[in-house]
Amino acid sequence: MTARVVLAVAGLTLREAARRRVLRALAVLTLALLGLSAWGFSRLTATSDFGTLTSGEARLVASQLLNLVMFGLSLIAALGTAFLAGPTLSGEVESGIALSVLARPVRRSTVLLGKWLGLVAFGAGFVVVSGLSLCLVVQLTVDYWPPQPVGALALLAAQTVVLLTLGLLLSTVISPMASGVIAVGLFGATWIAGVVGGIGEALGNDGVARVGTISRVLLPTDGLWRGAMHAFQDPSVLTQLGPAFDGFPFLSEAPLTPAYLGWAALWVAMVWGLAAVSFVRRDL
Amino acid sequence: MAADSTTLGDGAVRAAADLVAGLPPTAAVWCTGLRKRYGRHQAVDGVSFQVARGEVLGLLGPNGAGKTTVIKMLLGLVRPDAGEVMLLGRPAGDPRARVRVGYLPELFRYQPWLTATEVLALHVRLAGVRVPAAEQRECLALVGLADHAAGRAADRVGGFSKGMQQRLGLAVALVARPEFVVLDEPTSALDPLGRVDVRDLVLALKARGVAVLLNSHLIGEVERVCDRVVILDRGRVAAAGTLAELLGQREVRLELTAVPPAAQARLAAAGVVDAAGNWVTVALPADDDGTAVPDLVADLVALGVRVHAVEPGRISLEERLLGILRTGAEEHR
Repeated sequence: MTARVVLAVAGLTLREAARRRVLRALAVLTLALLGLSAWGFSRLTATSDFGTLTSGEARLVASQLLNLVMFGLSLIAALGTAFLAGPTLSGEVESGIALSVLARPVRRSTVLLGKWLGLVAFGAGFVVVSGLSLCLVVQLTVDYWPPQPVGALALLAAQTVVLLTLGLLLSTVISPMASGVIAVGLFGATWIAGVVGGIGEALGNDGVARVGTISRVLLPTDGLWRGAMHAFQDPSVLTQLGPAFDGFPFLSEAPLTPAYLGWAALWVAMVWGLAAVSFVRRDL
Repeated sequence: MAADSTTLGDGAVRAAADLVAGLPPTAAVWCTGLRKRYGRHQAVDGVSFQVARGEVLGLLGPNGAGKTTVIKMLLGLVRPDAGEVMLLGRPAGDPRARVRVGYLPELFRYQPWLTATEVLALHVRLAGVRVPAAEQRECLALVGLADHAAGRAADRVGGFSKGMQQRLGLAVALVARPEFVVLDEPTSALDPLGRVDVRDLVLALKARGVAVLLNSHLIGEVERVCDRVVILDRGRVAAAGTLAELLGQREVRLELTAVPPAAQARLAAAGVVDAAGNWVTVALPADDDGTAVPDLVADLVALGVRVHAVEPGRISLEERLLGILRTGAEEHR
């Protein structure tokens, strides 16, 4: 019975996401990103002295370019999922759609699980399809293929899941638009804190470095993004660039530890649990 | 040994089943001591009532009396601060209590990108009840949306008028073969014809033994279809009872001329409610055995009064409701 309700709600959420204007905005932004990067990379190889670089240097440039466009994609995915996760719950409560659904013999946590699964399927599907397209664009234009594309896209999808879970929690307590704005704001703040932390590490300033570490624990989006970047970039990049590039925001120095991945999973479970508690207690 | 205990267990279960079967059916809904506070405002303050199986109960009261909050507490949509609710024999906290409950909310919307047919299919699925597609279409036809039963792609719910949405809401409330239907302002967006449709629908449900809780501002509607009425005022039950109990006070209207002082005194003793021109309205005692009117007329004629007309008068539910609410307001002051 629970599985039936979860699937029904997940299917409904997917259909809803597919019909929203946010989706059209996402599609336009992604196509723009794909088109611009394809055009930019092809100009780069055609006009610059890209051809005169050694193969190692060319891989380095290409790998950095991939990280850069992937950051663009992760930003689009963050915006999209945060603005999808917000309205789906608090929007339905405000409009009265939730009243007739929750008066059925269903548990609110079951409905929440269905919504979450629908959003995860949507967010992960979007990241994988558009991420793969970007990888292909980079390969066709500058002939670079990331060392671990599956792991990288999985981490990017995980980052989206973290953010949409946060959006879902926020939307159980505040209005749809506010929850989207706050989720995206926190995503940006964590990324900046990560950059600041990286600079701190490069300068050997432990206090500043701790900013990045703490923000990565509080909201695992930046940590997962760094893991994804590490899987996208060429392994030789770090040795080639050397210590002068320590703290560079589009360079990841180490892969993610299993402990951090475990923490990210636990974080999602905890935030989902909080969302469930908050939604179950909410008066409609 | 094991076989013995199984036999004994079966016997005990059968005895228990017989006992339960012999009990009167549980109420469609039973609630006691419901309380809800929003901030400093006590929205619901100790409300208790029940709706028997197959009964139509009207919930009346001014705006802000707590009617919708009470309904939402019955359905588990709002958590009561105190009090208990049993829905179709189960505690309301158990979602299974709502399997056979249909609900039309006061302020509602359905997924605007779905067609009417898809909305019904979704609710059947959520309810976990098997309802064939043909029966779902019949349900749409029943509320006057037969044209939309075909589920054409163009007929998305988002394009429905408010009245059509309300009709769809009725279909949603009725589609999963409910034993208890809650209608919160079901006719607020309907034209007079639509209101008659809803009245017929409620009467049809009653004939099928389905219990109905009807919250409506239209007192005439409540008066026509309800067996019992609960009047809420400022979060409390101000009055409750059958229509006969609530409207128990009867009146008689008389057109009189040539009324001497002695006749005036006789009328005053009977209890004049209202006098305008030649018309006098007299309240009849609650324990009247049918002699009050002939006795009064005989006495008046004997006193020389010319009696032109004698009409039975009945206090309308509206007058009674206003009376109860005004009394409550004065006490509150």
